[in-house]
Amino acid sequence: MGLSQDEIFEKVQEALVDALGVDDDEVNRGATLVGDLGAESIDFLDIVFKLEKSFDINIERTELAPEDILTNGEYVKDGVVTADGMAELKRRMPWADMSQFEQNPRVQDFGNLLTVGDLCSYVGSKVGSDA
Amino acid sequence: MRWFWIDRFTEFVSGSHARGYKNVTLAEEALDEYCPGYPMLPPTLIIEGMAQMGGILVSEHFQFDKHVVLAKVGKAKFHQPARNGDQLSLAVDLDAVQDTGATVTCRSHCGDQLQAEIDLMFAFLEDGRFTEGPLFNPGMLRDMLRMMNFFHVAVDPDGNPVQEYTNI
Repeated sequence: MGLSQDEIFEKVQEALVDALGVDDDEVNRGATLVGDLGAESIDFLDIVFKLEKSFDINIERTELAPEDILTNGEYVKDGVVTADGMAELKRRMPWADMSQFEQNPRVQDFGNLLTVGDLCSYVGSKVGSDA
Repeated sequence: MRWFWIDRFTEFVSGSHARGYKNVTLAEEALDEYCPGYPMLPPTLIIEGMAQMGGILVSEHFQFDKHVVLAKVGKAKFHQPARNGDQLSLAVDLDAVQDTGATVTCRSHCGDQLQAEIDLMFAFLEDGRFTEGPLFNPGMLRDMLRMMNFFHVAVDPDGNPVQEYTNI
């Protein structure tokens, strides 16, 4: 049985509040994990542990951080993700909203791509959502 | 002063949990320097002891092949001070393991009283990125573990004594 979107959001919110020490009301669907909530690289490991426990799922490292794509010369030219690279990112991360990143896909900006809403969509894709 | 904040392992099951003691003594400088007139073991050093016990639990799970470092203190609640003469019973349980890190849940009791609850996260350093080679000099970690009775009590998940690791 899948979870409702609200149930997923509440659990994701709880994980982020615990991991990042932010307030409940800061964690809204549009907030970016890095820019708005101040997540650092080590926090992503903590978030992964909390989501795995909370939703009883297994999260592979490359699912949330596709470093293999972003460091692959086939997909990145001069620090910018190529069209093939974008296609690969979308294939790997169909739950992420890449519309803004796609306008100027600099690798250095990828870290600030993920939003709380993306994370909820990702979890939904793992557990099944009633949406 | 030695930076040992566990005195003895009393139980160790590979990949599962560790138990041990920390005796609090007035001979330790940290006790009366932390809060003059009210000697107590600084809570940060209780966290350090848990990190040492948890770090060994995580490291042993990977046959001491990974560079395990404390990355985050997720929670630390102290219910009472640890005073000279107290014996803290430390309990660390392996909570979750990934290929890039691990989490442990820790509790400290003084007698039957819950003294502290601590959640820790460890990360594994990539060789060459932050460090080159082992974190300890050859034999140093093994000697430390021997002093703490680790090899007297440590067993694998089937209850057999753990191997004498040659890489530590």
